[in-house]
Amino acid sequence: MSRSRTHVLPGFQLSLGFTLFYFGLLVLIPIVALTLRTFSEGFPTFWNAIFEERSIASYKNSFGLSLLAGGFDGIVGLIIAWVLTRYDFPFRRALDALIDLPFALPTAVAGIALTALYSPQGWIGKFLPFKVAYTPLGIFIALAFIGLPFVVRTIQPVLAQLPVELEEAAACLGANRFLIFTKVLFPAVLPAVLTGITLAFGRAVGEYGSVIFIAGNIAYYTEITPLLIVMKLEQFHYSAAAGLGFFMLIVSFFILFMIQILQTWNARRSGGRV
Amino acid sequence: MSAFSITSHTPNHDPKPIVYALTVIAFLSVGFLLLLPLVAVFAEAFSKGPAVYFETFRDPVTQNSIFLTLRVAALAVPLNTIFGVAAAWAVTRFTFPGRRFLISLIELPLWVSPVIGGMVYTIIFGLQGWLGGWLEEHNIQVIFAYPGLVLATIFVTFPFVARVLIPLMESLGQAEEEAAVTLGARGWQVFWRITVPRIKMGLLYGIILCNARAMGEFGAVSVVSGHIRNQTCTMPLQIEILHSEYQFAHAFALASVLSLLGIVTLMLKVYLEGQTTQRLPAEVPERRRHRDPATPNP
Repeated sequence: MSRSRTHVLPGFQLSLGFTLFYFGLLVLIPIVALTLRTFSEGFPTFWNAIFEERSIASYKNSFGLSLLAGGFDGIVGLIIAWVLTRYDFPFRRALDALIDLPFALPTAVAGIALTALYSPQGWIGKFLPFKVAYTPLGIFIALAFIGLPFVVRTIQPVLAQLPVELEEAAACLGANRFLIFTKVLFPAVLPAVLTGITLAFGRAVGEYGSVIFIAGNIAYYTEITPLLIVMKLEQFHYSAAAGLGFFMLIVSFFILFMIQILQTWNARRSGGRV
Repeated sequence: MSAFSITSHTPNHDPKPIVYALTVIAFLSVGFLLLLPLVAVFAEAFSKGPAVYFETFRDPVTQNSIFLTLRVAALAVPLNTIFGVAAAWAVTRFTFPGRRFLISLIELPLWVSPVIGGMVYTIIFGLQGWLGGWLEEHNIQVIFAYPGLVLATIFVTFPFVARVLIPLMESLGQAEEEAAVTLGARGWQVFWRITVPRIKMGLLYGIILCNARAMGEFGAVSVVSGHIRNQTCTMPLQIEILHSEYQFAHAFALASVLSLLGIVTLMLKVYLEGQTTQRLPAEVPERRRHRDPATPNP
């Protein structure tokens, strides 16, 4: 811990120096440039860009649907994590491996695949009495798809490490299965569930590739904020694009901060020692 | 049914109906939400027969997009690998003020919209950007050209090697490296003879993960590409163009190649986990370790 101690291993200056140089050049300076550009035409331009009617309509999709998709993933993810850690059944390993699929499929591929499934003539779409693709419901499905692994992979290790003695003690004291779940298990996994939902939400807010194909991109209806940024850039409205981008960046920082807090809470709740 | 036996390490006190119900829900949700899109990719790709499938790859424009993707990854992935190793060495082998802050900062690109990853470079190098005028005078193209594609890809994929290596190197500890130094090994000797052999599987996985993401990146690349046909379209962008031209079978055929790359990455992850019995991050952050990295493993 003591900083006065000289480092035993060599390469401190080289490795940290290169890390900071690379990070600064490729990430930090560009982000500073984005911030400067946002306010280069004064605060009102920024204000107009983020409170434009069309922008606000896009937040409903990017933030609202992301939250709904995160909540959905929270419930389904908890069930999947529970089944994977507690039950033994055929194809358990296969089911476990499949969870990472949304990470493996490139976003554009996921986008066209989901569209093929849920468009009105699609595999699933043609059996449904209502439209899925080209409506907010389509966006919701794409966001639920990309967010699910975050929830499952966050809950799994916590459930696996949960001491069995807790449940057995509760059972010995006369608690039934429902009571054990609500009073013993759920409080223990709650931080992990919330962390997973926040991770899924954080990813969904900025998601672009898997959404734009299934969304149909109808103005005021199924437009997401990242798409609005792309459109402003294509029209060379750099300030408006930068304003929206800066706003989303602030949201991302906030989500990252929330994730840190939740992870610390999660680590403390699941045994204090990580 | 004996298939639902109680295993020794995971006690199962749930009543049978609940066990069945939850298992069915898990299979249905994973099947419909996650597996079906993958099946759709290959089914649509072969929907007009293998001839149409292979015809996709004889189209020179598509071939060009594949070469461009390879060229972008060939520069972005090695650079990110060097960064990942340097960053992991710095944050796991030394303590310094702001160390934990740096670790979370490295993850930032994962939580920022890929569109922003492309936009930041457009704002600097684009025609209306900070350096746009100067670059035009000197006839240098960054945006709507190869350099822009590489920059955007680097931005989006640069945490991947680092975040596989950081938990791995932290858990390995540094006692062996310290012993080597005590015995007189020089810096690079320690790195190549002690560190690299111990982290090589993790490093390999990190590189392959980074590569899969680099080749499949869509949002960031789409912003800086300008969609110039046959020039700045990488594979994902070519998929988008084919799809928008209603050449669905061709779009899915090209998509199936990227999907295969993803599946191979996933299988490698499962294989390496079996080897190390440690869960590797596909993308979900490992839970933070609060241990001081200067103290060797118990």
